[in-house]
Amino acid sequence: MKPAPFDYRRPGSLPEALEALAGEPNAKVLAGGQSLVPLLSMRLAAPAMLVDINGLPGLADITVDASGVRIGALARHADVLASADVRRVQPLVSEALAHVAHATIRNRGTTVGSIVHADAAAEMPVVLSLVGGSVEVASVRGTRTIAADDLYVGPLETSLAHDEIATSAFFPALAPGAGVAFEEIARRHGDYALCGGGAVVDGDSVRVGYVSVADVPTVVDLSGVPLGELGEAALAHLEPADDIHATAAYRAQLVRVLTERVVRAAMAATSSKENPA
Amino acid sequence: MTEELHDVRLTVNGVAHDVQVPARRLLSDALRHDLALTGTHVGCEHGVCGACTVLVDGRPMRSCLMFAVSAVDAEITTVEGLTEPDGSLGPVQQAFAECHGLQCGFCTPGFLTTITAGLRENPRPTHDECRDMIAGNLCRCTGYQNIVKAVERAAAIQQAASVEERA
Ligand SMILES: Cc1cc2nc3c(=O)[nH]c(=O)nc-3n(C[C@H](O)[C@H](O)[C@H](O)COP(=O)(O)OP(=O)(O)OC[C@H]3O[C@@H](n4cnc5c(N)ncnc54)[C@H](O)[C@@H]3O)c2cc1C
Ligand code: FES
Ligand code: FES
Repeated sequence: MKPAPFDYRRPGSLPEALEALAGEPNAKVLAGGQSLVPLLSMRLAAPAMLVDINGLPGLADITVDASGVRIGALARHADVLASADVRRVQPLVSEALAHVAHATIRNRGTTVGSIVHADAAAEMPVVLSLVGGSVEVASVRGTRTIAADDLYVGPLETSLAHDEIATSAFFPALAPGAGVAFEEIARRHGDYALCGGGAVVDGDSVRVGYVSVADVPTVVDLSGVPLGELGEAALAHLEPADDIHATAAYRAQLVRVLTERVVRAAMAATSSKENPA
Repeated sequence: MTEELHDVRLTVNGVAHDVQVPARRLLSDALRHDLALTGTHVGCEHGVCGACTVLVDGRPMRSCLMFAVSAVDAEITTVEGLTEPDGSLGPVQQAFAECHGLQCGFCTPGFLTTITAGLRENPRPTHDECRDMIAGNLCRCTGYQNIVKAVERAAAIQQAASVEERA
Protein backbone atom coordinates (compact mmCIF):
# COMPACT_ATOMS: atom_id res chain seq x y z
CA MET A 1 0.00 0.00 0.00
CA LYS A 2 1.09 3.56 -0.66
CA PRO A 3 0.52 6.72 1.36
CA ALA A 4 -2.21 9.15 0.28
CA PRO A 5 -0.93 12.42 -1.23
CA PHE A 6 0.26 15.14 1.14
CA ASP A 7 1.97 18.52 0.95
CA TYR A 8 5.61 18.27 1.92
CA ARG A 9 7.73 20.87 3.70
CA ARG A 10 11.36 20.50 4.58
CA PRO A 11 12.12 23.67 6.54
CA GLY A 12 15.71 24.72 7.23
CA SER A 13 14.97 26.39 10.57
CA LEU A 14 12.82 25.70 13.62
CA PRO A 15 10.75 28.94 13.33
CA GLU A 16 9.93 28.03 9.70
CA ALA A 17 8.86 24.54 10.78
CA LEU A 18 6.65 25.95 13.55
CA GLU A 19 5.02 28.41 11.11
CA ALA A 20 4.24 25.58 8.70
CA LEU A 21 2.66 23.48 11.46
CA ALA A 22 0.66 26.43 12.80
CA GLY A 23 -0.70 27.15 9.30
CA GLU A 24 -2.13 23.66 8.64
CA PRO A 25 -4.29 22.05 11.33
CA ASN A 26 -3.95 18.65 9.65
CA ALA A 27 -0.13 18.67 9.48
CA LYS A 28 2.15 16.08 11.06
CA VAL A 29 5.82 16.13 11.99
CA LEU A 30 8.05 13.63 10.16
CA ALA A 31 11.07 12.58 12.23
CA GLY A 32 12.57 9.10 11.68
CA GLY A 33 9.35 7.90 10.05
CA GLN A 34 9.71 4.43 11.61
CA SER A 35 6.23 4.65 13.14
CA LEU A 36 4.64 7.28 10.92
CA VAL A 37 5.48 5.88 7.47
CA PRO A 38 3.89 2.46 8.18
CA LEU A 39 0.76 4.29 9.39
CA LEU A 40 0.71 6.34 6.18
CA SER A 41 1.34 3.33 3.96
CA MET A 42 -1.44 1.37 5.63
CA ARG A 43 -3.58 4.51 5.34
CA LEU A 44 -4.29 4.52 9.04
CA ALA A 45 -3.23 8.17 8.84
CA ALA A 46 -3.60 10.64 5.97
CA PRO A 47 -2.37 14.07 7.05
CA ALA A 48 -2.69 16.99 4.62
CA MET A 49 0.92 18.01 5.20
CA LEU A 50 4.16 16.53 6.48
CA VAL A 51 6.70 18.85 8.06
CA ASP A 52 10.00 17.00 7.74
CA ILE A 53 12.25 18.06 10.61
CA ASN A 54 15.30 16.10 9.37
CA GLY A 55 16.82 19.26 7.86
CA LEU A 56 16.64 21.31 11.08
CA PRO A 57 20.04 22.27 12.55
CA GLY A 58 21.13 21.55 16.13
CA LEU A 59 18.49 18.97 17.03
CA ALA A 60 20.70 15.87 16.91
CA ASP A 61 22.68 16.70 20.05
CA ILE A 62 22.95 14.39 23.05
CA THR A 63 24.13 16.40 26.07
CA VAL A 64 25.10 14.69 29.29
CA ASP A 65 26.03 16.32 32.59
CA ALA A 66 25.69 15.49 36.28
CA SER A 67 22.01 16.46 36.27
CA GLY A 68 21.04 14.05 33.50
CA VAL A 69 20.77 13.30 29.81
CA ARG A 70 19.20 15.61 27.24
CA ILE A 71 18.38 14.01 23.89
CA GLY A 72 17.65 16.20 20.86
CA ALA A 73 14.72 15.46 18.56
CA LEU A 74 16.94 14.21 15.73
CA ALA A 75 19.21 11.97 17.81
CA ARG A 76 18.67 8.45 16.46
CA HIS A 77 18.08 5.54 18.84
CA ALA A 78 21.40 4.07 17.61
CA ASP A 79 23.39 7.17 18.59
CA VAL A 80 21.82 7.33 22.04
CA LEU A 81 22.47 3.62 22.58
CA ALA A 82 26.11 4.01 21.52
CA SER A 83 26.79 6.83 24.00
CA ALA A 84 28.93 5.70 26.95
CA ASP A 85 28.08 8.97 28.74
CA VAL A 86 24.35 8.24 28.57
CA ARG A 87 24.95 4.73 29.98
CA ARG A 88 27.01 6.12 32.86
CA VAL A 89 24.59 8.87 33.92
CA GLN A 90 21.22 7.15 33.30
CA PRO A 91 21.79 3.46 32.47
CA LEU A 92 18.05 2.72 32.24
CA VAL A 93 17.93 4.66 28.96
CA SER A 94 20.62 2.46 27.42
CA GLU A 95 19.27 -0.79 28.86
CA ALA A 96 15.79 -0.11 27.51
CA LEU A 97 17.02 1.10 24.11
CA ALA A 98 18.71 -2.23 23.50
CA HIS A 99 15.17 -3.68 23.33
CA VAL A 100 13.81 -1.08 20.89
CA ALA A 101 13.37 -2.76 17.50
CA HIS A 102 16.36 -3.94 15.43
CA ALA A 103 19.57 -2.08 14.69
CA THR A 104 18.33 -1.06 11.24
CA ILE A 105 15.21 0.61 12.68
CA ARG A 106 17.31 2.23 15.41
CA ASN A 107 19.54 3.78 12.76
CA ARG A 108 16.65 5.96 11.56
CA GLY A 109 14.10 6.13 14.39
CA THR A 110 14.49 8.91 16.94
CA THR A 111 14.20 8.51 20.70
CA VAL A 112 12.16 11.70 21.03
CA GLY A 113 9.85 10.54 18.21
CA SER A 114 9.23 7.34 20.13
CA ILE A 115 8.51 9.28 23.33
CA VAL A 116 5.89 11.53 21.71
CA HIS A 117 4.41 8.70 19.62
CA ALA A 118 3.31 7.46 23.07
CA ASP A 119 2.87 3.80 22.22
CA ALA A 120 2.27 1.79 25.40
CA ALA A 121 4.10 -1.10 23.69
CA ALA A 122 7.23 1.06 23.32
CA GLU A 123 10.06 1.13 25.82
CA MET A 124 11.09 4.79 25.95
CA PRO A 125 7.77 6.40 27.00
CA VAL A 126 7.62 4.27 30.13
CA VAL A 127 11.31 4.90 30.87
CA LEU A 128 10.64 8.65 30.72
CA SER A 129 7.75 8.20 33.18
CA LEU A 130 9.73 5.93 35.46
CA VAL A 131 12.69 8.29 35.91
CA GLY A 132 10.49 11.41 36.08
CA GLY A 133 11.74 12.96 32.84
CA SER A 134 10.25 15.66 30.68
CA VAL A 135 10.05 16.93 27.10
CA GLU A 136 10.83 20.42 25.86
CA VAL A 137 8.34 21.59 23.22
CA ALA A 138 8.22 24.60 20.93
CA SER A 139 5.46 26.32 18.95
CA VAL A 140 4.85 29.75 17.44
CA ARG A 141 3.64 30.73 20.93
CA GLY A 142 7.00 29.93 22.57
CA THR A 143 8.47 26.99 24.46
CA ARG A 144 7.34 24.95 27.45
CA THR A 145 8.43 21.91 29.43
CA ILE A 146 6.00 19.01 29.89
CA ALA A 147 6.70 16.56 32.73
CA ALA A 148 6.24 12.88 31.84
CA ASP A 149 3.34 12.68 34.31
CA ASP A 150 1.45 15.32 32.30
CA LEU A 151 2.51 14.03 28.88
CA TYR A 152 0.59 10.78 28.42
CA VAL A 153 -3.14 11.39 28.32
CA GLY A 154 -4.46 8.33 26.44
CA PRO A 155 -3.57 5.54 24.04
CA LEU A 156 -1.10 7.00 21.49
CA GLU A 157 -2.08 10.44 22.78
CA THR A 158 0.03 13.15 24.42
CA SER A 159 -0.71 16.64 25.72
CA LEU A 160 1.29 18.21 22.85
CA ALA A 161 -0.79 20.63 20.77
CA HIS A 162 -1.00 19.80 17.05
CA ASP A 163 1.42 22.61 16.19
CA GLU A 164 4.05 21.85 18.82
CA ILE A 165 7.40 20.20 18.07
CA ALA A 166 9.20 18.30 20.80
CA THR A 167 12.75 19.63 20.56
CA SER A 168 14.34 17.42 23.23
CA ALA A 169 13.67 14.97 26.04
CA PHE A 170 15.36 15.07 29.44
CA PHE A 171 16.13 12.03 31.61
CA PRO A 172 17.37 12.94 35.13
CA ALA A 173 20.57 11.21 36.27
CA LEU A 174 20.35 8.05 38.32
CA ALA A 175 20.58 8.98 42.02
CA PRO A 176 23.81 7.86 43.74
CA GLY A 177 23.30 4.39 45.22
CA ALA A 178 20.14 3.71 43.20
CA GLY A 179 19.87 0.74 40.83
CA VAL A 180 17.96 0.12 37.61
CA ALA A 181 17.18 -2.82 35.34
CA PHE A 182 15.08 -3.54 32.28
CA GLU A 183 13.67 -6.91 31.21
CA GLU A 184 11.25 -7.97 28.55
CA ILE A 185 9.77 -10.97 26.81
CA ALA A 186 9.19 -10.78 23.06
CA ARG A 187 8.51 -13.50 20.51
CA ARG A 188 11.72 -12.60 18.72
CA HIS A 189 14.45 -10.28 19.98
CA GLY A 190 13.66 -6.81 18.57
CA ASP A 191 9.92 -7.36 18.30
CA TYR A 192 7.56 -5.27 20.38
CA ALA A 193 7.40 -6.86 23.84
CA LEU A 194 4.58 -9.17 24.93
CA CYS A 195 5.39 -7.73 28.33
CA GLY A 196 8.30 -5.67 29.57
CA GLY A 197 9.30 -3.87 32.73
CA GLY A 198 11.87 -1.40 33.96
CA ALA A 199 12.65 -0.97 37.66
CA VAL A 200 14.22 1.80 39.72
CA VAL A 201 15.28 0.88 43.26
CA ASP A 202 16.43 3.82 45.38
CA GLY A 203 16.75 3.18 49.12
CA ASP A 204 13.31 1.96 50.24
CA SER A 205 11.61 3.13 47.07
CA VAL A 206 10.81 0.46 44.46
CA ARG A 207 9.04 1.50 41.25
CA VAL A 208 8.33 -0.56 38.15
CA GLY A 209 7.15 0.68 34.74
CA TYR A 210 5.37 -1.65 32.32
CA VAL A 211 5.49 -2.05 28.54
CA SER A 212 2.60 -3.67 26.60
CA VAL A 213 0.50 -4.24 29.73
CA ALA A 214 -1.83 -1.22 29.90
CA ASP A 215 -2.86 1.05 27.01
CA VAL A 216 -0.79 3.95 28.34
CA PRO A 217 2.73 3.90 29.85
CA THR A 218 2.12 2.76 33.45
CA VAL A 219 4.32 2.97 36.55
CA VAL A 220 3.49 1.11 39.79
CA ASP A 221 4.97 1.92 43.22
CA LEU A 222 5.97 -1.32 44.96
CA SER A 223 7.89 0.21 47.89
CA GLY A 224 7.66 -1.95 51.01
CA VAL A 225 6.36 -5.08 49.21
CA PRO A 226 8.37 -8.17 50.23
CA LEU A 227 10.30 -10.08 47.57
CA GLY A 228 8.21 -13.00 46.36
CA GLU A 229 4.99 -10.95 46.55
CA LEU A 230 5.93 -8.25 44.03
CA GLY A 231 4.10 -9.77 41.06
CA GLU A 232 0.75 -10.09 42.84
CA ALA A 233 1.14 -6.61 44.30
CA ALA A 234 1.77 -5.20 40.83
CA LEU A 235 -1.26 -7.00 39.37
CA ALA A 236 -3.48 -5.28 41.93
CA HIS A 237 -2.75 -2.07 39.96
CA LEU A 238 -2.84 -3.52 36.43
CA GLU A 239 -5.43 -5.08 34.17
CA PRO A 240 -3.54 -6.93 31.44
CA ALA A 241 -5.71 -7.32 28.34
CA ASP A 242 -6.10 -9.94 25.61
CA ASP A 243 -4.78 -9.16 22.18
CA ILE A 244 -3.59 -10.96 19.08
CA HIS A 245 -0.16 -11.53 20.68
CA ALA A 246 -1.09 -12.92 24.09
CA THR A 247 -4.04 -13.74 26.33
CA ALA A 248 -4.71 -11.67 29.44
CA ALA A 249 -3.88 -14.66 31.65
CA TYR A 250 -0.53 -15.19 29.95
CA ARG A 251 0.29 -11.48 30.25
CA ALA A 252 -0.59 -11.56 33.95
CA GLN A 253 1.83 -14.47 34.37
CA LEU A 254 4.52 -12.47 32.55
CA VAL A 255 3.87 -9.53 34.89
CA ARG A 256 4.37 -11.86 37.90
CA VAL A 257 7.61 -13.28 36.56
CA LEU A 258 9.11 -10.11 35.11
CA THR A 259 8.29 -7.90 38.11
CA GLU A 260 10.16 -10.19 40.45
CA ARG A 261 13.03 -10.59 37.99
CA VAL A 262 13.49 -6.90 37.17
CA VAL A 263 13.26 -5.73 40.80
CA ARG A 264 15.85 -8.30 41.89
CA ALA A 265 18.12 -7.20 39.03
CA ALA A 266 17.75 -3.52 39.99
CA MET A 267 18.52 -4.38 43.65
CA ALA A 268 21.60 -6.28 42.55
CA ALA A 269 22.66 -3.22 40.57
CA THR A 270 22.45 -1.05 43.73
CA SER A 271 24.56 -3.37 45.86
CA SER A 272 27.18 -3.80 43.15
CA LYS A 273 27.59 -0.03 43.15
CA GLU A 274 27.65 0.41 46.92
CA ASN A 275 30.33 -2.23 47.42
CA PRO A 276 32.68 -1.78 44.50
CA ALA A 277 34.73 -4.97 44.29
CA MET B 1 -6.10 17.11 -8.71
CA THR B 2 -2.65 16.73 -10.21
CA GLU B 3 -0.11 15.95 -7.59
CA GLU B 4 2.79 18.34 -7.04
CA LEU B 5 6.14 16.94 -8.16
CA HIS B 6 9.41 17.65 -6.40
CA ASP B 7 12.80 17.90 -8.06
CA VAL B 8 15.04 15.57 -6.13
CA ARG B 9 18.69 14.69 -6.59
CA LEU B 10 19.37 11.18 -5.30
CA THR B 11 22.97 10.02 -4.96
CA VAL B 12 22.96 6.26 -5.41
CA ASN B 13 26.09 4.10 -5.58
CA GLY B 14 28.13 7.26 -6.18
CA VAL B 15 26.03 8.50 -9.12
CA ALA B 16 23.73 11.54 -8.91
CA HIS B 17 20.27 11.08 -10.44
CA ASP B 18 17.77 13.91 -10.91
CA VAL B 19 14.18 12.75 -10.62
CA GLN B 20 10.77 14.36 -10.32
CA VAL B 21 8.64 12.59 -7.75
CA PRO B 22 5.55 13.22 -5.65
CA ALA B 23 6.33 13.67 -1.94
CA ARG B 24 4.72 10.36 -1.11
CA ARG B 25 7.13 8.35 -3.32
CA LEU B 26 8.81 5.83 -1.01
CA LEU B 27 12.57 5.65 -1.44
CA SER B 28 12.18 1.94 -2.31
CA ASP B 29 9.80 2.83 -5.17
CA ALA B 30 12.02 5.69 -6.38
CA LEU B 31 14.97 3.29 -6.59
CA ARG B 32 13.00 0.60 -8.38
CA HIS B 33 10.65 2.60 -10.61
CA ASP B 34 12.32 5.96 -11.19
CA LEU B 35 15.94 4.73 -11.29
CA ALA B 36 15.24 1.16 -12.52
CA LEU B 37 17.51 -0.20 -9.77
CA THR B 38 15.39 -3.27 -9.15
CA GLY B 39 17.97 -5.02 -6.97
CA THR B 40 16.27 -3.50 -3.92
CA HIS B 41 13.25 -5.70 -3.16
CA VAL B 42 9.98 -4.78 -1.47
CA GLY B 43 8.33 -7.35 0.77
CA CYS B 44 6.13 -6.06 3.56
CA GLU B 45 6.37 -2.32 2.97
CA HIS B 46 6.09 -1.57 6.66
CA GLY B 47 9.56 -2.06 8.03
CA VAL B 48 9.35 -5.65 9.23
CA CYS B 49 10.95 -7.91 6.61
CA GLY B 50 14.16 -6.06 5.76
CA ALA B 51 14.18 -6.92 2.02
CA CYS B 52 14.30 -3.22 1.10
CA THR B 53 17.29 -2.38 3.33
CA VAL B 54 19.78 0.01 1.71
CA LEU B 55 22.73 1.91 3.18
CA VAL B 56 22.10 5.58 3.90
CA ASP B 57 25.42 7.30 4.56
CA GLY B 58 26.77 3.83 5.26
CA ARG B 59 24.10 2.81 7.76
CA PRO B 60 21.43 0.18 6.98
CA MET B 61 17.94 1.68 6.80
CA ARG B 62 14.57 0.55 5.46
CA SER B 63 14.00 2.22 2.09
CA CYS B 64 10.26 1.49 2.43
CA LEU B 65 10.18 3.73 5.53
CA MET B 66 11.80 6.75 3.89
CA PHE B 67 10.49 9.17 1.32
CA ALA B 68 12.68 9.94 -1.67
CA VAL B 69 12.24 13.68 -0.99
CA SER B 70 13.72 13.11 2.47
CA ALA B 71 16.85 11.40 1.10
CA VAL B 72 18.25 14.47 -0.69
CA ASP B 73 21.31 14.96 1.49
CA ALA B 74 22.24 11.28 1.67
CA GLU B 75 24.67 8.91 -0.06
CA ILE B 76 22.65 5.78 -0.80
CA THR B 77 24.15 2.37 -1.47
CA THR B 78 21.97 -0.39 -2.93
CA VAL B 79 22.83 -4.02 -3.58
CA GLU B 80 23.95 -2.97 -7.08
CA GLY B 81 26.67 -0.92 -5.37
CA LEU B 82 28.17 -3.91 -3.55
CA THR B 83 29.94 -5.46 -6.54
CA GLU B 84 33.62 -4.73 -7.10
CA PRO B 85 34.56 -2.03 -9.65
CA ASP B 86 35.49 -4.79 -12.16
CA GLY B 87 31.99 -6.27 -11.87
CA SER B 88 32.99 -9.30 -9.80
CA LEU B 89 31.08 -10.20 -6.64
CA GLY B 90 31.82 -8.30 -3.44
CA PRO B 91 32.93 -10.34 -0.40
CA VAL B 92 29.46 -10.71 1.12
CA GLN B 93 27.94 -11.67 -2.24
CA GLN B 94 30.78 -14.19 -2.78
CA ALA B 95 30.14 -15.70 0.65
CA PHE B 96 26.40 -16.09 -0.07
CA ALA B 97 27.21 -17.90 -3.32
CA GLU B 98 29.70 -20.22 -1.60
CA CYS B 99 27.54 -21.02 1.44
CA HIS B 100 24.22 -21.40 -0.39
CA GLY B 101 22.97 -18.36 1.52
CA LEU B 102 20.06 -17.83 -0.85
CA GLN B 103 17.38 -19.86 -2.51
CA CYS B 104 14.72 -17.67 -4.16
CA GLY B 105 16.79 -14.53 -3.50
CA PHE B 106 13.90 -12.29 -2.54
CA CYS B 107 15.31 -11.38 0.85
CA THR B 108 18.94 -11.37 -0.30
CA PRO B 109 19.53 -7.68 -1.17
CA GLY B 110 18.51 -6.68 2.36
CA PHE B 111 20.82 -9.27 3.93
CA LEU B 112 23.74 -8.23 1.71
CA THR B 113 23.48 -4.53 2.54
CA THR B 114 22.93 -5.18 6.25
CA ILE B 115 25.88 -7.57 6.52
CA THR B 116 28.17 -5.30 4.49
CA ALA B 117 27.60 -2.50 7.00
CA GLY B 118 27.68 -4.91 9.95
CA LEU B 119 31.12 -6.24 9.02
CA ARG B 120 32.43 -2.74 8.51
CA GLU B 121 31.49 -1.96 12.10
CA ASN B 122 32.58 -5.35 13.46
CA PRO B 123 35.03 -7.12 11.11
CA ARG B 124 35.52 -10.15 13.42
CA PRO B 125 32.06 -11.06 14.72
CA THR B 126 31.49 -14.03 17.01
CA HIS B 127 28.88 -16.61 16.01
CA ASP B 128 26.32 -14.88 18.24
CA GLU B 129 27.17 -11.48 16.79
CA CYS B 130 26.64 -12.92 13.29
CA ARG B 131 23.17 -14.06 14.33
CA ASP B 132 22.43 -10.70 15.92
CA MET B 133 23.59 -8.85 12.80
CA ILE B 134 20.82 -10.43 10.70
CA ALA B 135 18.12 -10.52 13.39
CA GLY B 136 16.14 -7.75 11.68
CA ASN B 137 15.87 -9.52 8.31
CA LEU B 138 13.41 -12.26 7.39
CA CYS B 139 14.07 -15.12 4.97
CA ARG B 140 11.18 -17.42 4.17
CA CYS B 141 12.94 -20.15 2.23
CA THR B 142 16.69 -20.62 2.65
CA GLY B 143 16.66 -20.87 6.42
CA TYR B 144 19.07 -18.95 8.57
CA GLN B 145 21.79 -21.58 9.12
CA ASN B 146 23.43 -20.97 5.78
CA ILE B 147 22.98 -17.23 6.04
CA VAL B 148 24.81 -17.19 9.39
CA LYS B 149 27.55 -19.32 7.77
CA ALA B 150 27.73 -16.78 4.96
CA VAL B 151 28.28 -13.95 7.46
CA GLU B 152 31.18 -15.89 8.97
CA ARG B 153 32.55 -16.71 5.52
CA ALA B 154 32.27 -13.06 4.39
CA ALA B 155 34.26 -11.97 7.45
CA ALA B 156 36.93 -14.56 6.59
CA ILE B 157 37.09 -13.43 2.93
CA GLN B 158 37.52 -9.83 4.00
CA GLN B 159 40.22 -10.69 6.52
CA ALA B 160 42.14 -12.70 3.94
CA ALA B 161 41.85 -9.79 1.50
CA SER B 162 43.16 -7.28 4.03
CA VAL B 163 46.08 -9.59 4.93
CA GLU B 164 46.90 -9.86 1.21
CA GLU B 165 46.72 -6.09 0.85
CA ARG B 166 49.15 -5.60 3.71
CA ALA B 167 51.58 -8.22 2.35
C1 LIG C 1 9.77 -3.16 12.40
C2 LIG C 1 9.71 -2.15 13.51
C3 LIG C 1 9.86 -2.57 14.83
C4 LIG C 1 9.80 -1.65 15.86
N1 LIG C 1 9.96 -2.11 17.13
C5 LIG C 1 9.91 -1.24 18.15
C6 LIG C 1 10.07 -1.69 19.50
O1 LIG C 1 10.28 -2.87 19.78
N2 LIG C 1 9.98 -0.75 20.49
C7 LIG C 1 9.77 0.57 20.21
O2 LIG C 1 9.72 1.37 21.13
N3 LIG C 1 9.63 1.03 18.96
C8 LIG C 1 9.70 0.15 17.93
N4 LIG C 1 9.54 0.63 16.65
C9 LIG C 1 9.25 2.09 16.44
C10 LIG C 1 10.51 2.95 16.45
O3 LIG C 1 11.08 2.98 17.73
C11 LIG C 1 10.26 4.40 16.00
O4 LIG C 1 11.51 4.92 15.75
C12 LIG C 1 9.61 5.33 17.00
O5 LIG C 1 8.41 4.81 17.48
C13 LIG C 1 9.21 6.67 16.37
O6 LIG C 1 10.29 7.48 16.12
P1 LIG C 1 10.46 8.17 14.70
O7 LIG C 1 11.56 9.13 14.83
O8 LIG C 1 10.63 7.11 13.67
O9 LIG C 1 9.09 8.97 14.55
P2 LIG C 1 8.08 9.17 13.33
O10 LIG C 1 7.65 7.86 12.80
O11 LIG C 1 8.66 10.15 12.38
O12 LIG C 1 6.88 9.87 14.11
C14 LIG C 1 6.04 9.17 15.00
C15 LIG C 1 4.95 10.12 15.51
O13 LIG C 1 5.50 11.10 16.39
C16 LIG C 1 5.38 12.41 15.84
N5 LIG C 1 6.67 13.07 16.07
C17 LIG C 1 7.91 12.53 15.86
N6 LIG C 1 8.86 13.37 16.25
C18 LIG C 1 8.24 14.46 16.75
C19 LIG C 1 8.70 15.67 17.35
N7 LIG C 1 10.00 15.92 17.52
N8 LIG C 1 7.77 16.59 17.75
C20 LIG C 1 6.46 16.34 17.59
N9 LIG C 1 5.95 15.22 17.05
C21 LIG C 1 6.84 14.28 16.63
C22 LIG C 1 5.03 12.23 14.38
O14 LIG C 1 4.24 13.31 13.90
C23 LIG C 1 4.27 10.93 14.41
O15 LIG C 1 2.95 11.14 14.78
C24 LIG C 1 9.60 -0.27 15.58
C25 LIG C 1 9.45 0.16 14.26
C26 LIG C 1 9.50 -0.76 13.23
C27 LIG C 1 9.33 -0.29 11.82
S1 FES D 1 9.77 -3.97 2.41
FE1 FES D 1 10.81 -2.61 3.71
S2 FES D 1 11.05 -3.82 5.46
FE2 FES D 1 9.80 -5.10 4.26
S1 FES E 1 16.05 -16.75 -0.17
FE1 FES E 1 13.91 -16.87 -0.44
S2 FES E 1 13.21 -15.55 1.15
FE2 FES E 1 15.28 -15.69 1.56
